[in-house]
Amino acid sequence: MSFMPYVPPEQLMKDRSEFAHKGIARGKSVIGIEYADGILFIAENPSATLHKISEIYDRIGFAGVGRYSEFEDLRISGVRLADLRGFSYGREDVRARDLANAYSQALSNIFTTQMKPYEVEILVGEVAENGGHDEIYHVLFDGTVTDEHDYVAIGGHAEELTGAVKAAFQPGWDLATAVRESVKALSTAEGRDVESDSLEAGVLDRTWSARRKFRRLPEDEVAAILAG
Amino acid sequence: MTEPLPPGGAIGANPSFFDLLRQARPEALPAFAGPGELRLPHGTTVLGLKFADGVVMAGDRRATSGNLVADSKIRKVFPADDRSAIAIAGAAGQAVEIVKLFQLELEHYEKITGDRLSLEGKANRLAQMIRGNLPAAMQGLVVVPLFGGFDERRGEGRIFYYDATGGRWEEDDYQTTGSGGLPAKNSLKKRWRAGLDRVEATRIAVEALIDASEDDTATGGPDVARGIFPNVVVITADGAEDAPEADVAAAVDAVMRERST
Repeated sequence: MSFMPYVPPEQLMKDRSEFAHKGIARGKSVIGIEYADGILFIAENPSATLHKISEIYDRIGFAGVGRYSEFEDLRISGVRLADLRGFSYGREDVRARDLANAYSQALSNIFTTQMKPYEVEILVGEVAENGGHDEIYHVLFDGTVTDEHDYVAIGGHAEELTGAVKAAFQPGWDLATAVRESVKALSTAEGRDVESDSLEAGVLDRTWSARRKFRRLPEDEVAAILAG
Repeated sequence: MTEPLPPGGAIGANPSFFDLLRQARPEALPAFAGPGELRLPHGTTVLGLKFADGVVMAGDRRATSGNLVADSKIRKVFPADDRSAIAIAGAAGQAVEIVKLFQLELEHYEKITGDRLSLEGKANRLAQMIRGNLPAAMQGLVVVPLFGGFDERRGEGRIFYYDATGGRWEEDDYQTTGSGGLPAKNSLKKRWRAGLDRVEATRIAVEALIDASEDDTATGGPDVARGIFPNVVVITADGAEDAPEADVAAAVDAVMRERST
């Protein structure tokens, strides 16, 4: 007959937390940054089809780092939650805060009850109408959720990246400046030049006339911004 | 979170919003009517026709309930996504609900998979949703849509029509449905030719609706005094958009002028 040795809960949480941290630290990073017309998400991502940055709903975007299968799972659950809520109530009733809370609950649940915690960190951003405040929520693998302002970096080199963005950031940047400065910060944090063909970028643009404000920046547009 | 899979079970995320809704909130699905006769608003004539750059879909603005006009400004033609449109005749409440579900079905698929459905895929999905409405159709809540879109893989516009059982057929040139469908179709038969431009296509669509309104009491004609014009949606490689009201008004004006001389 097998028995479980006693492990103090503090030790258990610490081990899991360390495990998740290590997993995330191995991966690439994502920056979420506010600019004049909305929110820019930008990341180094060698794959052009397996996205770290995606649309959740009309004004809501998502970015994840860590294990792809796990943040993809979270993304799909988020799209489902948002579409169901928008259909049952109204499109404007789908808010990033609710999503962030749902993610926080789910991740906290997984962290405490599953064999292994998710090795992910995610961002949920919502662009405001003219005059409102944009929102960016940062949710950790254990369900900790924080409300970020101006900019946030997550993933492998989060600390260096945050430092690099902080040194340059000014509110009210236009999109081109935000892209250029973010790429500079990514290069600084990685300690090498990050090429435009390995970048993934998406924006929530409040000036976009369509109902769905999320838009991927195509590679040639990013290249043109970096060259210009 | 996704639930653990049974051994040998299906893998992957189901990209269907309809299935998700059926699972998570079945009460929010369009409901089947009970037995008995209900007098509900009915939408009447809609049509779709091909032109050089794609497809034009149009519908009159009247909904009837028995001998009464239930609504004189109802909308029956809707962009389904940015490459297709759906036009619906039949029980208006049911129809609007199906359109809303269909629009979400396409958007949900696109967000989950990262790809737009092919036009063929959209047309098939709509057939399945209409088939799901069959029990309601048996009780008189018939919904018969036309579906038109720009097929990006083939580089051309295509039109599909449906019956109440979800039967699906592709149409080569033009198609109509609803109570005034027959006079509208006869009108298109005389006027349609291959390679129409956008202005001509809008005009013959409007003309067919005017013809339908003259022969069918349930179809509303354009009301210039109140500024009520048919809905026209134009779908090309550049997208699906409502034709500006000025374009539709100009088409109405041209048809009226021709008839008054």
